[in-house]
This record gives sequence, C-alpha cells and structure tokens, in this order.
Amino acid sequence: MGYRLTKEACDGVLQKLSLNHTLFAPKRFTGGGPFSGTDLIRYGKIASADEIVLDAKSAHSFKEALLPITETLFYFTEEQMKEPDPPAQGVLVFLRSCDLHAVRRLDEIYLRNGAEDYYYKRIREKTRFALIGCPTAFDTCFCVDMVANRSDNYDFSIEQDENANYLIDCRAADWAALFEAAASQTLAVEPSFVAATPTRVGIPALLDAGVAAAAMWDQYDGRCIKCGRCNFSCPTCTCYTMQDLFYTDNGKAGERRRVWASCMVDGFTDVAGGGCYRPKNGQRMRFKTLHKVFDYKQRFGYQMCVGCGRCDDVCPEYISFARIVNRLEEALREVKSDAAE
Amino acid sequence: MDINTKEVIKNAFRVTKARGLTASRIRVPGGHLKAEYLEIIHQIAREYGNGTVHLTARQGFEVPGIRFEDMPLVKELLQPVIAGMGINQTEPGQGYPAAGTRNITACIGNRVCPYACYDTTAFAQRLEKAVFPNNLHFKIALTGCPNDCTKVRMHDFGIIGMTLPQFEPERCVTCRACIHNCRKKSVGALSEINYRPARNEEKCIGCGECIVSCPMAAWTRSREKYYRLTLFGRTGRRNPRLGVDFIKWIDEDSIIKIILNTYDYVEKYIDLNAPGGKEHIGYIVDRTGFAEYQKWALRDVRLPAIAEVTQPVYWGGLKY
Repeated sequence: MGYRLTKEACDGVLQKLSLNHTLFAPKRFTGGGPFSGTDLIRYGKIASADEIVLDAKSAHSFKEALLPITETLFYFTEEQMKEPDPPAQGVLVFLRSCDLHAVRRLDEIYLRNGAEDYYYKRIREKTRFALIGCPTAFDTCFCVDMVANRSDNYDFSIEQDENANYLIDCRAADWAALFEAAASQTLAVEPSFVAATPTRVGIPALLDAGVAAAAMWDQYDGRCIKCGRCNFSCPTCTCYTMQDLFYTDNGKAGERRRVWASCMVDGFTDVAGGGCYRPKNGQRMRFKTLHKVFDYKQRFGYQMCVGCGRCDDVCPEYISFARIVNRLEEALREVKSDAAE
Repeated sequence: MDINTKEVIKNAFRVTKARGLTASRIRVPGGHLKAEYLEIIHQIAREYGNGTVHLTARQGFEVPGIRFEDMPLVKELLQPVIAGMGINQTEPGQGYPAAGTRNITACIGNRVCPYACYDTTAFAQRLEKAVFPNNLHFKIALTGCPNDCTKVRMHDFGIIGMTLPQFEPERCVTCRACIHNCRKKSVGALSEINYRPARNEEKCIGCGECIVSCPMAAWTRSREKYYRLTLFGRTGRRNPRLGVDFIKWIDEDSIIKIILNTYDYVEKYIDLNAPGGKEHIGYIVDRTGFAEYQKWALRDVRLPAIAEVTQPVYWGGLKY
C-alpha cells in the first residue's frame, strides 16, 4: 500500500521502528571527509528522516550493517572461549536498488556458497530493508546495464515528493498499520527507478579467462596505488581476513576477529614461504575485474557487479572500473589475434 | 621635485633607482585575489607604469615605472582593490596607510590542496584585519600543513596547520596505509599494536597523512583546528636563521593575541635609533632575552589544554 506522510509523521514512524531496529542509512558526517573542510557521506545510525542523504551517493555502502568491518568471533582465555552476544536489535537498512541487489550477492556467499556463515546469518535474519527511491542516476552509476536498477523485495520504499513530504510504498504486512495510522493520504506509490545512466558498461558476451593475457592490465601497475578503496566501497566485495590477538594488559586473554580484506591491498595473496601470487597492481586489477564480471557469473549464473559506481567515485587515482570493463572487448580481440599469429 | 620619501614609503610606494620614478606595492593578504583586480593592476601598469608588473616575494604586486606625480591617480585606481580585499584604511582614496607590517603570505590552503589543514587565505585575511595598518616591521606567513610550502620559518611568525587525528578502531582494516605513509612521508609516529595503528603523541606533527591515506575513514580530522607557531626566522645580513618552534597545538585566537602582544613588546623595546625606525624583532629578543619576550607574548593568552610551549627557545643560523 502507498502512503504520503509529512516529515513529522515519518519521523514518528521511524521512532516506532527504532524501538526494535537500528536505523542505518547514508548520512552526512560533517567534516568527516579526508580533506580539510570536506564532509563524508557514509552509513551511520539515524534518528529522523531528514538525516537520510537522498541527493548524493554514499562513499561506502550499506554492507557494514551485515558484515561488520571488524567482527569479534570469540574471546578466549586459558581453556575457555566465549562468543560475543548477538546484536540485541535488528537493523533497518535504507538503501538504493543497486545495493538491494548487492544483498543477494552477500547472501550467495555467506548463506549459499557451502556452509552457512553463523555470524552473518544471525545478523541477516534480523535485517530489513527500506528502498530509497532513485529518480535520477548519478554520473558514475551503471545499474541499468548491470540489471540492478529495479527492485521489489523491500519492506518499504521511501522518497520525497516535490513538497518534501515522504512517499512510502509499504510491502511489509506487519508495518502497514504503522504507516496507515501516520499517513496524511493513502495513494498508489511506485518508487522511482533509474531507467538510463550517463555511464554505460558493456560486458563482452563471450568473455573468457584468456583476457588475462591482454596488455591493458600493465597500465595499472603504475596508475593504481593498491589502496583498496574500490574494494572497501564495493557493496559486493565479501572477503575478510582473520586476526588472533592477545590483549596487551593480559596476555592470557584475547580474541579472534575477522576484518574486511581487499584483493588490491598488500598481503592478500601472501603465502607461507614468502610467496605472493599477485605482486603487481595490474595483476590485482585484472583479478578484481574478472572476479566481478566473469568468475562470479561462471559460478553463480549472474553478474556480481551491481553498477553502483562507488569504485569510480572513490578512486584517488581516477581509475574508472566502468572504463576497464569497457576495454575488455578490445582486450579480447588483442588476445585472440595474438593467439592466431 | 620635492618628495617626502618617508611618507611615500609609508604609503607603500618605493623610492627606486630611477630618479623621479616610483613603484606601487599592492598587498594581497593570503596571496589570493579576485581575478577582476588583475584588470585594475593591468590598467595601472599600462597607463602609469612601464607596462610590466612584478610578483613580489611576499605574494603582492609591484608596479614599477610610475612617476611620483601620478601617485594620486594610481591611488584612486587602487581604491577598489584595497577596499575589495578588506584592507584597513584610514582614508579611502589615499592608498595604503602603512607598509611596515608586510603582506601576509600563505600557500593555497584547503580551498585547493588536499594536504592543507585549514583555509590559509581566510586566516591570513583575519590576521591582516587584526594587525594592519602598522609601521612596525613584522613578517607573518601561513602554511596549510607541515610540508611548509610557504617556508614560514623564514618569517617572524610562522603558522603551520595541524590536525589532531581521530581514530575509530572499529573501522580499521589493518591495510597499514597510515603506518606506511607516516613512515615514508612523515615522521613515523605510527606503530602497530594488535593489528591496529598506535599513535605516538609526542612524535606526531599533525600533518594528516594518516587521514588522507586511510581508505576506511577510520582516521578523521579533529573538529578543532590546530597550528604550530614558529618564531623569528629571518633572512638578512647579520644573522639569517630559521624560525624555531614556540607552541605546538595552538589555536587561531591565541596566535592572533600573541602577535598583537608582540607589537606592544616591540613598541616598548625597539632601538629608538634604529635606521628608519626599522629593527627585526629577533634582534630585539636577542637583546631582552627570550624570557622577557615570552612574558609579553603570553599575556592574557589562554592556550588550549593540549598546547605544548617550548621552553627555552634557542636560535641558530649564520652569524656574520
């Protein structure tokens, strides 16, 4: 059902929802940017609707709601260990369609790719989603080409009308009464979806792993600074690493935690004996790209990348992932012609 | 020709080597100006000067080849430039009321540079408002970060931007970019304890390298802006020397207060027989001792709790 709510009424509903859920939304952190006098938009806890940033894209995605950046798996001391208590509250995540498509990728890896991940599952079960309507694409978005621009698996959608009232399409049966009671009008609401993007991306239909031999990757040896921002901002990157540590004040107690990892950052492919499978930045770029638009699809039957374009937004070296994908066609021709000679 | 050279100089016109010709010196606090003023400077150079303009060592302009007789016309043309840059004037249309306290220089600052820790131009303009006009020979320079592109240690007051890094451990992914960059590009104030960076507070110079290099926004800037204040660097003939640290983690208001206090100190102790009434502050401090200077400088100054005052202060440099 669709509803129109004033800002105050919307805040009233959010307040009720916050009794059982942490409201997690793209939010402006004033002065939180890396450079003096710049803000940062990233996910954080909100209390009212106007804290949700609707007119800009967040630098980091929602995924830290489901995959904490640092997550303690257990504490240990002598012969005993203890798991951290599960979060008391569920999370209500406000996200755009591309990100909602990314949730499927996270679920694929943590719930359906072999054993279920216990820690992921206990958060995921208590997570619900509010879709942020997306009337126009940002410059770097290419969700339409990645078929991630439309969604219907949300609990409710939210966006503002021209008078700064909130339009809601509630699909969660248990929350309909909340909105109904607060609404100033009941009407049909269809959330806005992007239909065209300024950035276009075409993945070659006959892409194969042979493209790894193309010369294009070498360019990134010099251009890329292996900072990992593309991975950390990506809503579909799921890699983590393990850290066992002993507390400095009491070496008999400690914890094991898992922490986000990046295939672009040093250490990711280090192995015992001092080896490193992908020492060059271009090799890492190649691995990441083909994982996003080739390997994943081979295994799961659909593309991993959702076209949110954050990797392009955050790259300090102005490397465009969209451009890399668009170069694959030519790289493929190059590799094929080399093979023919 | 009858020219009062003392008044001309005070009015920011130069006595040049070419008899009858002067040069107009134009202040640009912070070295940043609206491009429209360039058109006026262009006009002055074309109509009254020799068609050239010098970019001064202190980020101002100097228009040479002007006849002394044309000074009133030049001042009239300069009026919108002077007023537009917010320069304090005693009488509009009469040019600059002083030239002793020099143009306040600054790097481009956080309006453009990713490393700058503050708006150097805005702070320079605020200082200009506080200290100008004044006939005493003071040189103030601001730089956005410890890279010190402005070379502030060559000035009486050097203001170096700092930020106090804030760390959110839960956002750290142990990529080690901060530790690596601090070691390679800064002072090596970060070490790793249990997979996370630990900041050596004594060593840290507040350059913000950790913040700029962090891909996770685990490191962020402090809301408060801090500075390092260096004192009495100078070029010149007798004892050129670099300015030395006075206060680390000082705030903007305290810097302004210290500079204003220094004017009072110089008024009190300047050599009354100094040629042209001009004596570098550092030589005065050499004479009174630093302790006396410090007493005057810190009068009514309320430093932030984090501020570190260097005591005692010594200078090196060359002595001829």
